[in-house]
Amino acid sequence: MSTSQALIGKRLRQTLVAPIVANNPIGVQVLGICSALAVTTRMDKALVMGVGVILVTAFANLAVSLVRNWTPNNIRIIVQLAVIATLVIMVDQVLKAYLYEISLELSVYIGLIITNCIVMGRAEGYAMQNPPLASFLDGIGNGLGYAIVLLLVAFVREFSGAGKVFGFTVLPLRNEGGWYEPNGLMLLAPSALFILALLVWLLRTLKPEGQEKD
Amino acid sequence: MELYLNVLIKSMFLENMALAFFLGMCSFLACSKKVETALGLGVAVVFVQVLTVPMNQLILHHLLAEGALSGLSPAFAKVDLGFLSFILFISTIAAATQVVEMAVERFAPALYATLGVFLPLIAVNCVILAGSLFMQERDYTFGESVVYAFGSGLGWMLAIVAMAAIREKMAYSDVPAGLRGLGITFMTAGLMSMAFMVFSGLQL
Repeated sequence: MSTSQALIGKRLRQTLVAPIVANNPIGVQVLGICSALAVTTRMDKALVMGVGVILVTAFANLAVSLVRNWTPNNIRIIVQLAVIATLVIMVDQVLKAYLYEISLELSVYIGLIITNCIVMGRAEGYAMQNPPLASFLDGIGNGLGYAIVLLLVAFVREFSGAGKVFGFTVLPLRNEGGWYEPNGLMLLAPSALFILALLVWLLRTLKPEGQEKD
Repeated sequence: MELYLNVLIKSMFLENMALAFFLGMCSFLACSKKVETALGLGVAVVFVQVLTVPMNQLILHHLLAEGALSGLSPAFAKVDLGFLSFILFISTIAAATQVVEMAVERFAPALYATLGVFLPLIAVNCVILAGSLFMQERDYTFGESVVYAFGSGLGWMLAIVAMAAIREKMAYSDVPAGLRGLGITFMTAGLMSMAFMVFSGLQL
């Protein structure tokens, strides 16, 4: 009894931890890059977006898993979309009420969590076959994996592009009397793609089994 | 006329969905191995985009906007259902793609053979939903929304076809093992995105 419980515990922990690094949704499974990059010019934006995705993925997984036995197979996509869209509306309304400035800057990207492949992919690929608790943890794990990559990219961009971390000046800028000449490219769109490319390169050098043949 | 042209150029180049806003990245990366496939997906995106954005514009202005329901009863004059836009937009998109898929299959089997696999995928393509959301955020009129839908779809198609052409050529180059596939595609997209920045500041 105790060993089987330990086993279940271990399996659940694995569900939670695996997507954070080893099976990272962005770096390894290549999901959800759509909205990942545009919000990474500043760390606070990335953090809010990351938390939003964690909540949506976790609760969407939970809800989809709860009704999985009563969902007719041919309308499951619509059911999942309805669940996800409702959750995203809730996140959006809360942001508009309490973090209005950031919600303006994130603009359409909060709404785009609906079509984020991670959310849809986990609901379809995991929650439809697994019990609620495991699905919930899987959602948190995948959301965390996504949030960590976002924060990493945002850190590089904000740090080298504006000399700041979370809006606090770390490297005093030259035009404000300091010594650091900011790398303006880092705040523009292409840099996010370069950083992600380097990140993927790093991940695949550390884990050669993820390399592609072509 | 000038306004429409401005919206068109802006949505195609300056605010290119793929290269400036990183939208539709999943299919942008997954379906850009061959020009033919990329072209098929691109055409399908333009098609669905032109269909759904104006449709959502009508829904937004005649159902959801504040006071839109006052025709039904004066009590609804203050009702603002704007917060429901996400769920209505995504339902319209899902329904539209379904209808389009069935219609194309019935009336244009040749086109269906090329587009068929992509049509259902498009329902969850960020470009489509983003088109409607940008339309809402920028408060486009019906005419502008048609032009915007066409321009943004065409811009995305341009980007994915160009990407596929580059990747076809890249098959002959010796890419470092860890960068192969995904990594080098990101790099290429970054360089393309840089090239597209040339258009910024363009104003008609």
